Amino acid sequence: MRDCRPILLLEDDTVDAMTVKRALKELHVLNPLVRVANGEEALVYLKDESKEKPCVILLDLNMPKMNGIEFLKIAKADEKLKRIPAIVLTTSKDDQDRFKSFQLSIAGFVVKPVDYIKFVEAMRIVNMYWTLSELPNSGQESTNEKLQAHITGGR
Amino acid sequence: MRSSKPILLVEDDNVDATTVRRALKDLNVPNGIIHQLDGEDALEYLRSSDNKKPCVILLDLNMPRMNGIDFLKIIKNDDELKQIPVIVMTASKDERDKMDSFEFSVAGYIIKSSDYKKFMESLKILNLYWTLSELPYPVA
Repeated sequence: MRDCRPILLLEDDTVDAMTVKRALKELHVLNPLVRVANGEEALVYLKDESKEKPCVILLDLNMPKMNGIEFLKIAKADEKLKRIPAIVLTTSKDDQDRFKSFQLSIAGFVVKPVDYIKFVEAMRIVNMYWTLSELPNSGQESTNEKLQAHITGGR
Repeated sequence: MRSSKPILLVEDDNVDATTVRRALKDLNVPNGIIHQLDGEDALEYLRSSDNKKPCVILLDLNMPRMNGIDFLKIIKNDDELKQIPVIVMTASKDERDKMDSFEFSVAGYIIKSSDYKKFMESLKILNLYWTLSELPYPVA
């Protein structure tokens, strides 16, 4: 990715989450991966001021408690969160899911290939694109603020 | 691109538009390119039901009449148009421009390289990504 902030992964399936972690490691993506199991947990993470905001969000759609579309509705209406690019990573080929996700201005909709080699290739392209593209600097701002607070003796 | 729908290019500089066309041709991207000179012309194109909706919009920011940010404000509040992915392609490294663009959930923000080879490499990655990614409408 273009900067070193974490990647937030919303994925209820532990095996799928491990596959993402493994693929990113294989591609030498250095960003830490923060994994949460559903939209609700993601919102808790994102609203916690002590946690660094992610550079991008990778999200599954079918999750218990709060699914991907419900999460997007909330995140994209939140002034502090709406700028973070959200990329759907799912096995769903449902037309409605895709259309609703794009209506909520997602920044990509990747259907997960079942084959691991193909999955790594897909993640390679996602990483290349988000290394080429600029990212909003909300996280960097908070890092600067933290640094500032440190320099001035903390608040 | 994943779909055969045209790419809408919103760019006031004709030389820059020609460079985009040339690079996409060199990359064998088969999609047609529809070039509009500013946000107002682009909106007019998008709102006419006779015209094909684009698969993606490549948007410059600094343009006369209606600039890129004003254009984003309008289409991202329009239920008929908000689902089309918009990728900013600009020479502006201005932090404000970047924040304003992501405020309207752009699907990428690419700083145009003045070097043709580097520019072509950016478009190659852009094309790879939007061939991997699904688009709002099913492939016809």
